[in-house]
Amino acid sequence: MAKNTIKVRAKIKGGKCIVKTLIKHPMETGLRKDKKTGKKIPAHYIKEVICEHNGEKVCVANWGVAVSKNPYLSFRFSGASKGDQIKISWVDNKGDSDSKTATIS
Amino acid sequence: MKLKNTLLMLFLVLPLGAALAADVSPEEELVKFQNYFKEKFPEVPFQDFANGVYAVDPASREQWEALEEFPPYEIDIEEGKRLFETPFKNGKTYADCFENGGIGIAQKYPYFDTERNEVVTLPLAINRCREANGEKPLKYKKGKIAKILAYMVYTSRGNTIDVKIPNDKALEAWKKGRQFYFSRRGQLNMACAHCHMDNAGRRIRADILSPALGHPTHFPVYRSKWGELGTLHRRFAGCNKQVRAKPFPAQSEEYRNLEYFLTYMSNGLKINGPGVRK
Amino acid sequence: MNLARREVLKLGVTGAALATLPIGTLFPARSAHAAYPENAFKEKEVTKALQDLFGTDQTASGDVKIKAPDIAENGAVVPITVSTGMSGVESITILVEKNPSPLAAHFELSPRTDGYVSTRIKMGKTSPVIAVVKANGKLYSASKTVKVTIGGCGG
Repeated sequence: MAKNTIKVRAKIKGGKCIVKTLIKHPMETGLRKDKKTGKKIPAHYIKEVICEHNGEKVCVANWGVAVSKNPYLSFRFSGASKGDQIKISWVDNKGDSDSKTATIS
Repeated sequence: MKLKNTLLMLFLVLPLGAALAADVSPEEELVKFQNYFKEKFPEVPFQDFANGVYAVDPASREQWEALEEFPPYEIDIEEGKRLFETPFKNGKTYADCFENGGIGIAQKYPYFDTERNEVVTLPLAINRCREANGEKPLKYKKGKIAKILAYMVYTSRGNTIDVKIPNDKALEAWKKGRQFYFSRRGQLNMACAHCHMDNAGRRIRADILSPALGHPTHFPVYRSKWGELGTLHRRFAGCNKQVRAKPFPAQSEEYRNLEYFLTYMSNGLKINGPGVRK
Repeated sequence: MNLARREVLKLGVTGAALATLPIGTLFPARSAHAAYPENAFKEKEVTKALQDLFGTDQTASGDVKIKAPDIAENGAVVPITVSTGMSGVESITILVEKNPSPLAAHFELSPRTDGYVSTRIKMGKTSPVIAVVKANGKLYSASKTVKVTIGGCGG
């Protein structure tokens, strides 16, 4: 399990909860070659990001290798209040994962 | 050929004079240098020069602002804080080596050490701290040192750069840095000043050249091209390689003197690192 | 467990049958969400990726806004925002036509989630960036060409 890879900012603005998240991950395409060995660096990328509000899914992202390294995502939804919980979880193609829960401010 | 035209444009007379006169007053040079850029870019507020190319190009500024809104280096700052606060094997921490526990002091670097007669940069000070406490030094261009720097510089955001030249030996180091800056090097036979003074704001292929004023304020930098943080000396080496000159090692005397000169010339600007760049 | 889902799983692990069915029809329940569209991400053409995702590549023009730079500062990190004022938005999909595999990202949104996503993508070269919004069962798309250049200051 990866640790401390997710940063979340969630706040209520204009009646909506605006969520911004930054995840530390190489998002390796599998197309690059190692300069020293000449071998291709294997693909290593986040496939799925699940965003939950108080246990309910509000956004599910399916990502491919074309999402930038250290990926960023922002989305917004209604029906949330200050103090509620936002949970962001990811799984990558190697089966690694991490999750982070944050309080909406 | 585009490259040829670009090169031809670069062989312009340098405004501060190729004359590397023996009689140079840093205070006068500082004023001339900063005025040069103020006249070249009259719409840019002085403090905005700390934002480099984004101070002079609106299109890339928009993209940069989109990235700075939730910058990729934020995770590095957190890791840097963790590294900074983790004690050495002997129980001491980085805070023990630095004034104010290492918080909010980045604007004081580089400084001229009048006892050892050399320019001390923050990365050098970090490694000296490590060695003094029985730890191995870190590599200077990226990785852990960049993260620790990111944290220390972040705590110094908003502090004004105020590099001093305390004595004649320091003046010599400053002059050496200045000489480096204006000397041609490499197969392309170009000086730093050709790109970052004469042609600041103009294009080199699809890139826009950033003004020299403000260069040291935002390092370490998360360069999208690197996909990670890198230090100022990493960038010096990269720039030297691009004019097909052999780069000097990071934290070599040459690069430290160059950093001393460059940072002095940005006196008055505020630290705004770490930064995101293309 | 959802009965329909168990039935579908019997069709086989390769999910060839699954791949041709539009996302959302088999996983309507709140707790389950659509499986990762493995095939769609491998497709080399926009039309095929859309067929894998939605069962069709036909889209209408509509209220789909793409905010992206005209000239990307760096093709590795291009900030993109897709938004729409339509209601009933089910998903937003981002494709980069000239990338080796055009499908970059696909977002499934709950009924109370706005039709808005912002992210950063990689572009191999100058290309149209296509955004597809599924709203009320229909597909709408828009396209914007983003230029990707070779800089002069590698290092």
